[in-house]
Parts: sequence; structure tokens; C-alpha cells
Amino acid sequence: MDTMKNAHSKDETPASTGVLAVKVDDLTVAYNYKPVLWDIDLEIPEGVLMAIVGPNGAGKSTLIKAILGILKPIAGSVSIYGKPYHKQRSLVAYVPQKGSVDWDFPTTALDVVMMGTYGSLGWIKRPGVKEKKAALEALEKVGMLAFKSRQISQLSGGQQQRIFLARALVQDASIYFMDEPFQGVDATTEIAIINILKELRKAGKTVIVVHHDLQTVPEYFDWVTFLNVKKIATGPVMDIFNDDNLTKTYGINYKVSVQK
Amino acid sequence: MNLQEYFSLVFSDYTLRTITLGTAILGAVTGMLGSFAVLRKQSLLGDAISHAALPGIALAFLITGAKDSNTLLIGALVSGLLGTFWIRGIISKTHLKSDTALGLILSLFFGFGMLLLTFIQKQPNANQAGLDKYLFGQAATLVESDVWLMAIITGICVLVMLLFWKEFKLLLFDADYTKTLGFNTKIIDILITTFIVLAIVLGLQTVGVVLMSAMLLAPAAAARQWTNSLSTMVFLAAIFGAFSGVFGTAISASQDNLSTGPVIVLVASVFVIFSFVFSPSRGLLFRQIRFISNRRDLELQKTLSFMYHIAETHDDISHPHTIKILNNFQGFTRKTLQKLVDKNYVTLDGTMWSLTEEGFETAANLYNQNIKTHE
Repeated sequence: MDTMKNAHSKDETPASTGVLAVKVDDLTVAYNYKPVLWDIDLEIPEGVLMAIVGPNGAGKSTLIKAILGILKPIAGSVSIYGKPYHKQRSLVAYVPQKGSVDWDFPTTALDVVMMGTYGSLGWIKRPGVKEKKAALEALEKVGMLAFKSRQISQLSGGQQQRIFLARALVQDASIYFMDEPFQGVDATTEIAIINILKELRKAGKTVIVVHHDLQTVPEYFDWVTFLNVKKIATGPVMDIFNDDNLTKTYGINYKVSVQK
Repeated sequence: MNLQEYFSLVFSDYTLRTITLGTAILGAVTGMLGSFAVLRKQSLLGDAISHAALPGIALAFLITGAKDSNTLLIGALVSGLLGTFWIRGIISKTHLKSDTALGLILSLFFGFGMLLLTFIQKQPNANQAGLDKYLFGQAATLVESDVWLMAIITGICVLVMLLFWKEFKLLLFDADYTKTLGFNTKIIDILITTFIVLAIVLGLQTVGVVLMSAMLLAPAAAARQWTNSLSTMVFLAAIFGAFSGVFGTAISASQDNLSTGPVIVLVASVFVIFSFVFSPSRGLLFRQIRFISNRRDLELQKTLSFMYHIAETHDDISHPHTIKILNNFQGFTRKTLQKLVDKNYVTLDGTMWSLTEEGFETAANLYNQNIKTHE
């Protein structure tokens, strides 16, 4: 675990505490015969802001879904803070891809954010004043308080993404998994979202993000995992975000000017 | 009997009261559950389930020889559930899409059911007559015990729905997320589906296998047009469904030779058409009106801002210009010019126009707004 000592990123607070937030062992997922993920071992230290990068079809979303138990892996195990995932659900929050739901569903922004409280409420119990207050606070954090009563189909793509983010914030988890939160959002929203992610890390949370824009990796993240069916590399951005790993992952001779 | 007589008799006449109550309850419960089916994009599931119930009815008759509705409906329930689980199995185990799976099970079960029905009808004993009422339904055969059964199942359904409202809503909106929160989505799913199957089976005697899915979809589709809240939608769908039942029964009872099931479905369709056209926020009519009026406003604003650019170059903003200049501008018509005059933005003098003080101000503000939104 020596590498973790290098996890200090620029001027920000030291990220890693040396504790493992997520540990994935021998994870293999296949829809048919061809594996989508092959024998993934992954250790994610607590307190990092990590990007998962890789080409289309590399299994980035699948990795998150398998870790969260949405997909059943063929083999492998996942532990969260040393215990099986199903015992640690309350520590984990998920932001799915925006396109995975029907935004014409008859409900309001506030209502969607309230869904973040359903997990801690458990079966049957209804959300009350406390839950509503938490949801309103989350809406304020993502700058969407003014839209709380809006029907969700009347929100822009960026606003919908913020609503999803707020729903995860309400869960008050320790580990956040986000599937392409920057997809299809404008520059203003992207900055707003990355600021929230950085705040989460400052508060000691672990944030794992499926990310597409390689240019912004060094600026946004302090930890990175290269994935293309197999895990290519994982570690601090300053150590491993280089042309060599990019070429291994994307197959072509990749040149990205890494600003350090 | 005319409609008036019907409504005066409905409370005193036993048969009319039973049938009306039955169709109203049926409409309410199918409308409610139909909302869930529509929002899950499983509109066709109802059609498949109702068709899948037919062989169950025929087999129940062949096995027991009994013709009372309860026995036959248990057969319908079993084969309806079987069809549903097969559909699920096909979708999850093969690469077939859900519409293919639904179509496959629908035609397979319905074909088998028709085969059994013809076989039964060829049998020598006279007992077989009347099974074909399950094809198109026959509300007149409803008796009090049928209505009680409907009321009890509807009651249980409402209770379960209130209890698991939060879980139902969550699953309908975002199934994957529901899993990550630790809910067993299979249980919620089975609950919803079982109730949909139950509601369909309850309606077979009244509306029939062929038209049953309309009872599920029409009230829900109509209700969706009027609201953006799930609870209001479910409530409205129940109301629309119940009214379709009552009006359908009333119309069919007041005319000769109009069978109740199809009339109920037609009334429900009227609700749908009305809602699709006249709903204030989603209806075609108001959307078109809004679209046209927005276009007109924009045309007007564009013309005004064009005039502003011309007037701007002169010291005197009300300096007259010839109307001909405007002909170069696309979107300009005599009508828009007249409207600008009506609004007191422009004055006309022969073939010359000039901006008024007010018009100039308005146009200047328009222009500033434009700049702001471009930044």
C-alpha cells in the first residue's frame, strides 16, 4: 500500500487514509459467452475521487453495476469497508446514467430527491418532515431549490443530472458511485457538479465516477482506474495517468498532454 | 327503457344495481392498476394476460364440469399467471424483446383456448353453452356474489397499494436504484403483477378476453393527460374507469342489443380521446394553440427588432421609413404590421411607417434580452 502515500493531490487535503473503502476480488461478468469484465481485482482507498476510464464497451458501467449488485457476476466478490456489500448498503449511494429512467414519469424534482431517503426508511414506512428537510437541503446544495415543484420532464438535461446527484446526496453515504454524471451537461453544470464532488472528497467521502473526457481527468480526479474488460491499471493520477496506460487501454497510440 | 328510466331504476332494481356496481368497481380497480402497467411500459402485458386466461377457463370447465364463474375464474387465474411467468422467463432467458414475448404467449395461449372452446362446443351434452361469453363478456350474468368478490379483491388491492406506495413508485421510476437501496425488487414486482392479473381475471366475465386490456389502459392513458402526480393519476384513472363502467352499463341497458362490455370500452375510449385533445397542459388542442401564438409573438418581435435596427441609425427614432424596406425581411406581413400598430408600437402614414417612443423602448429591451441570453 505504499502508493497510497502519493495520493496527495495538488493543494487539496490529503485524500487517502490508508483504509480500503472498496475491495473487488476476481470479479467476472458476462452477458453471453464473451466476458464483459474479466477477473477484476480492484482496491479503492478511502477518500479518493476516482475516475474509471476506458473505451466504449470496456465495461465501466458494468463494473459499477456489478459492485452494487444490480448485475449478478459469474464469479468474484465485493467488500465495502471489509464486509460484504449487502451488509453495508447504507454506506453506498448510486447515481445512475441519466438516460436509464423515463423523465416523463409523473413526479416532481423534490419527489425524486426524496427517493434517496427510502433506503434508510425501509419497507412500508413513509417519509416525514425529517426526510423532506434532508431532500430540500440536498436540492439547495445542487442549486435546484427553486425547481423543487417542477415536473421532472420540464427540467433540462443538466438539471435532471443535478436532481440525480441530489438524490444520492440525501443518502448521506460514505461511498458514491456515479455513472457518467457529466454526460450531456453544459459547462456551468459540469463545474457545479465537480465542485460538489470535490466537497464530498473534502468531507472524507470516496467518490467513484465513470468518466469519458480524458482531458479533464488530471484536473478533476486524484485517482484513476483504466479499464478495458480487464483492469489495465489503477492508482494516483499523477503516477499512472500517462500515454503508456492510455495506449494499453484504448489500443491506439494515445497522446494526451498531462498537466501536472 | 331510456337513460332517465335507467338512472331512476338503478337503485331499486336488483339486477341493474348489481351490474352497475360490478362494472363500476371493475372500472376503478383496472384503472388504478392500469396506471402501473402504463408507467412500466407494459401496456401490452394486460392484453397477453387476458388472452392467456382463456385456456384456463376451458380447462377448468373440462376438468370440473362446473360452470359457475368462481371455478372458471380460478382456472383463468392459474393460466393467466402461468402466461405471465412464461413471458418473464422468455424475456430474461432469451434475447427476445418483450413485445415479441408478449405476442408469442398471447397468440399461443389464445389459440389453445379457442381450440379447447370449439372442442367443448362439439360435445354432446348441452351444458357447454355459454362459455363463449368469456370471449366478449356478458355483464348481465353478474350476480351479487361476483360483485362481492370484486369488492373484496379491490379492497385488498387498495390496502396493499397504500401500504407499499413508496416501494411501487420507486420501482416504477428507477428499478436499478431500488435494488441499490436494499429493496427486493422481485417482491414488489410480483405484488404489482399479481394484482394486475387478478384485476384482469375479475373482468373477464364482464368485458371478456378480447377487450379486457382496454379497461386497463384507457383510463390510465386518459388520466396521465391531466396530472403530473402519480397519486392523482392513479386516483383519476380509478374515477375514469368507474364512470366508464357506469355509463357503459347505462347506455347498454337503455338500448336493445348493445352488449355491455364493448360499450364500456367505447365510453373509456371517449375519455381517452377527450383527454388527448382537451387536456390543458398535454392536450393536442392547447399545445397547438400555444405553438401558434408563440410563433406569432416571435414573428412580431423579430419584425419589431428589425425596425429598431433601421430606426436606430437615425437621430429621430420616429423618422418615417417606407414600408418597402420591410419586404426584404422574412416573416413580415401586413398582418404583423397592423398588429404592431394596434399595440401602439408603430404609426403608419400612407406607405411610410415610424416607430413610436413605446415601440422603440420595447424593441430596445427585446434587444438587450437577446444579448443577455447569448452570453
